[in-house]
Amino acid sequence: MTTPVLSVRNLTVEIPTRAGLLKPVDGISYDIAAGEILGVVGESGAGKSMTGNAVIGLLDRPARIASGEIHVNGRRIDRLSRKELRRSRGKEIGMIFQDPLTSLNPLLTIGDQLTETISEHLDVSDGEAKARAIHALEEVGIPAARDRIDAYPHQFSGGMRQRVVIALALCAEPSLVIADEPTTALDVSVQAQITALLKRLCRERGMAVMLVTHDMGVIAETADRVAVMYAGRLAELGPVRDVITAPMHPYTDGLMQATPDASEGATRLRQIPGAMPRLGSLPPGCAFNPRCPYTQDRCCQDPPPTRDVTDGRAACWFPLTEHAAIPA
Amino acid sequence: MPLDQNADPLVSIRGLTRIFDVSKPLLNRIVERLPKRLLTAVSDVSFDVPERTTYALVGESGSGKSTIGKMVVGLLNPSEGEVEIEGINLASETDPDKIEQVRSDIQMIFQDPYASLNPRWRVRDIITEPVRIRGGETDGLAEKLLEQVGLSAVDAIKFPHEFSGGQRQRICVARALASEPKLIVADEPTSALDVSVQAQVLNLMSDLKDEFGLTYILISHDLTVVRHMADRIGVLYLGRLVEEASPDALFTDPKHPYTQMLIEAAPRMDGFGREIVPPEGEIPDPISPPPGCAYHPRCPIAVERCSQERPQLEWKGQSRVACFLAE
Repeated sequence: MTTPVLSVRNLTVEIPTRAGLLKPVDGISYDIAAGEILGVVGESGAGKSMTGNAVIGLLDRPARIASGEIHVNGRRIDRLSRKELRRSRGKEIGMIFQDPLTSLNPLLTIGDQLTETISEHLDVSDGEAKARAIHALEEVGIPAARDRIDAYPHQFSGGMRQRVVIALALCAEPSLVIADEPTTALDVSVQAQITALLKRLCRERGMAVMLVTHDMGVIAETADRVAVMYAGRLAELGPVRDVITAPMHPYTDGLMQATPDASEGATRLRQIPGAMPRLGSLPPGCAFNPRCPYTQDRCCQDPPPTRDVTDGRAACWFPLTEHAAIPA
Repeated sequence: MPLDQNADPLVSIRGLTRIFDVSKPLLNRIVERLPKRLLTAVSDVSFDVPERTTYALVGESGSGKSTIGKMVVGLLNPSEGEVEIEGINLASETDPDKIEQVRSDIQMIFQDPYASLNPRWRVRDIITEPVRIRGGETDGLAEKLLEQVGLSAVDAIKFPHEFSGGQRQRICVARALASEPKLIVADEPTSALDVSVQAQVLNLMSDLKDEFGLTYILISHDLTVVRHMADRIGVLYLGRLVEEASPDALFTDPKHPYTQMLIEAAPRMDGFGREIVPPEGEIPDPISPPPGCAYHPRCPIAVERCSQERPQLEWKGQSRVACFLAE
């Protein structure tokens, strides 16, 4: 098997607080291959953004990587110095943030921001950097790129700004892109444009993409595999079709049922009782046990390991495929 | 049924228009010789909401849906047109008793449950304020309402920061119910919430509607939420209603090209690897909207007439559509 572009093993992130040690990310392992889009879903506080930030080395103190390994193209990056990390950020790993307005510098033209990134990472002349910047803008579908390169971020609409952010993330030709809720702030029609763009670029360049979002519909249409996170742990990981049509973890199942679907009319939504526990007061055993309809004694005692189940993995003592016959 | 077929709708909106003046300050305008800039946020919108139904307004940002909501509850005055609630136009009515009666029948739920609760007030004071301010009886009211929205009576003495987003939105719902309103305008009530919590709040809203005979105007950008909740849906584009239909009709047979695009572009749970041709362009600048039909620059089937003449909202079967080419 070829080396995956991103390989994360037993990643744990800790935040020391006065109330004790919190683990917003707790023992997560996954790979992303070249040309693959891995969707990471979960509700707020599940640790999905924290995972992305840990990979690119953008954890805010006091959060820190407590254990585990992160490899990009076979090279371990979680032990790099700040200087080395700075070089790999942008060049090896590109990042697309949620809010396109705050992730661009309002005082610099977008051309300046693009050429800065290109000159930093690639050994090219100023003229060549500018040509590449124009090309990068054309590639993300900005009309009249040659003229608009001297425009400032406020002169662009939300969708166009997000295209600029994508161009910025991709201009140094990284092999891994982390997209953290790239379409959440956008309207439906623009969201469709941006996801289509991401898919096309991923396919054309063979990039590995980690797509963090809370929107199951976006995941279904965009991702190849999906990782479902709950309270800092991986609940389930598998091919997107399997996870959505035949979820093994009761939390994944609940999430699917709770998502309103445009293809059916006014039926009552199935709701998951309660809310995700706070990190400081996780229940013993499986973190989902207070909300799970299938909880048994064992779930309240031991945290379930991420088991290998057929193609995918589910961290559940009693995955749904095995007790599907038991009525809720 | 909508428009004039029902004798007495609870809410009746006719020719509603709101124009905002977004010019620079007067002195700048004179010195820089700039013209006045007017933004038409809502333009000639008419619809009826019968009692005990849910009317949903959908549209993308800048479509004017929130502005309509604010005009219905009276937070903004219309530039033209009228909003009649229980047959009374709040903008022109002069009898203070009638105004007071109608006002107490309207409540609003806002999008952000973090910003819409006063962090220094206890939950009891927040919930009972709409009643207290009118001199009503508030003993035990907060406790009763908290239980009705699925929280516990002991929560009344807590502060908002002790609750999660979903619980806060329940508090907002309890506050909206306190004055026993007939009409609740909910502006994106669940878009700040997680999916599992969204389901809880939507189900709660449906239950309360049946229990108290409420009428909702639901403002949302999320077509799937709207499909679950609404009895009638109005689709807005650049301040105008482009289509109005029942949820089933709208989703199975959308007639306006904009509605078709919205439904096609919305991500679907069963859309594995779906490749759609992404819609072209973005919502144009509302200060200088395109002539004719505002959607024509993005419309795949536009003909010459669309860029010259503005289509009116007309009945096509059970739907109302503003398109020359709709069948």
